[in-house]
Amino acid sequence: MTTVLDPTGERSVAERARLERPSSLEGKVVGLLDITKPRGDVFLAHLEQGLRRRGAADVVRFAKPTYTKPAPVDLRHEISTKCDLVIEALAD
Amino acid sequence: MSERPPLPDGFVAVVKRDCPTCTLIEPVLVQLADAAALAAVVTQDDPGFPDLSASGSAPDCTFDQDLTVSYLWDIETVPTLLRIEDGAEVERIVGWDRAQWEDLTGTPGLGPELPEWRPGCGSLSVDPMRADELAGRFSATGLRSRRVEFAELEDEFEAMWDRGWSDGLPLVPPTEARVARMLTGTTRAPDELVAVVPPDLVECTVEKVAVNAVMAGCLPEHLPVVLAAVEAACTREFNMHGLLATTFFSGPILIVNGPIRQRIGMNAGVNALGQGNRANSTIGRALQLVVRNVGGGLPGGVDRATLGSPGKVGFCFAEDEEGSPFTPLSVDRGLEPGVDAVTLFAGHGPSAIIDQKSREPESLVRSFASVLRGNAHPKLPLKIDAVLVVSPEHGRIFREAGWGREQLMARLGELLLLDTDELVQGAGGMAEGIPEAFGGMQLPKFREGGLLVCHAGGGAGLFSAMLGGWVNGEEGSDPVTVPIGT
Repeated sequence: MTTVLDPTGERSVAERARLERPSSLEGKVVGLLDITKPRGDVFLAHLEQGLRRRGAADVVRFAKPTYTKPAPVDLRHEISTKCDLVIEALAD
Repeated sequence: MSERPPLPDGFVAVVKRDCPTCTLIEPVLVQLADAAALAAVVTQDDPGFPDLSASGSAPDCTFDQDLTVSYLWDIETVPTLLRIEDGAEVERIVGWDRAQWEDLTGTPGLGPELPEWRPGCGSLSVDPMRADELAGRFSATGLRSRRVEFAELEDEFEAMWDRGWSDGLPLVPPTEARVARMLTGTTRAPDELVAVVPPDLVECTVEKVAVNAVMAGCLPEHLPVVLAAVEAACTREFNMHGLLATTFFSGPILIVNGPIRQRIGMNAGVNALGQGNRANSTIGRALQLVVRNVGGGLPGGVDRATLGSPGKVGFCFAEDEEGSPFTPLSVDRGLEPGVDAVTLFAGHGPSAIIDQKSREPESLVRSFASVLRGNAHPKLPLKIDAVLVVSPEHGRIFREAGWGREQLMARLGELLLLDTDELVQGAGGMAEGIPEAFGGMQLPKFREGGLLVCHAGGGAGLFSAMLGGWVNGEEGSDPVTVPIGT
């Protein structure tokens, strides 16, 4: 782990700012990223139904090639261009 | 300075296994322990060393893995033998010298098999690989910047980018050790105030400048130039806030004079305004990172440049004083010859001045004037300054004809006295220009002191350069020249 000295005027928090939470799912495209653990797909299928009931314009399913490694850059890029929101689901 | 960790009264030996003299005197330490003359042993690199199991008494053994004891007790050599009384050092000897050791400990017959004398080794606490980190950890005033810990899986270069600290190029991670090392480049205290940095008007310390200088890629010896530049940029005259906020192209241009140029390896020669020299490239960048990170000046935020210019990453070069037919720029601007100085100019560029035919100053100065007239717009006088960078091949023509700075400036002044009938709005079919009321007179292209001349560049090429400026005076920026401190 690297510790560095803050180069800024320290007027704001050092953490990366999170994007604002959307107030509703209305008209939003939601991505579901399956990390490919067993039965994660079953859990996500329920989630997808719930999201659609709550007004999501579309739900797009993605899957990581393996749960042992971070999602590949191409996959992350694809999700960020196709979706407004993403839920990365863990199942175990 | 942090408080020294306590050591017991009596004799304390500081050793490391990696030192041949320390391993040589292991039997002496056993002898001293046997005689109950050793209160403690501090070992730097191996908790199993020295092996005192053969001795009759058990002195305190401290494994000084993080070197806190060694650093705070100023151990420079191992072995060191300290005599402690009431918790304070009263005497120390370093290395192995039988007579000294016997005398100090009052124990005769030490190490009879050993040579009389062996020098010690460097303490790990002064090892170049460790010293900077230790200096940072225990520096006199402490480094006060907030610590930012990157997560285990974060790439540190990506992490800095994600936090918005970068100008678009990679940054050197400003670890404590690197910042402590950077601070060795100045005699100023880390907590000393350098300037109040726009646009957010944040008080900026020497330490914050050092953090940004590390990120920019500076060496410690570059830091005094960066500090002087930050001070100069944040003056009312230079008006860094306005320069940042303008829709115009300009950014701070740094021109360095004085012996420091050679001392820190600046480039005033081939490609002087270009890439490839560490000091030139990083000093200007460090100033811009201070404005970005400390001042909060971000492109698209307060920085509203329509097009900007590549020099806004950092634009810094040195004047070639030695090869110049002219007095140095800093001397022209009021400083003594030989004083290290940096001049800040709000500008951009360069624009080319080609003249491969002139062999007489009168012809060449006319070429200069015709290009300089176009600064910002050929019809706009007085409001915008410029820097004329005369190259060596052009400079030679002036030198051989005996022209100095004064003669050059006087002739340029004459040639750049413009008929305002050519400048008024509508003249030449161009709406741009000065109000019609100013017609029928002459006005100089440049205000008094508004044309700065310096000398730089490689030995081949009959080209000089114009660095165009931003609006000058009260509504814009005045050039600022300051001495570079230590």
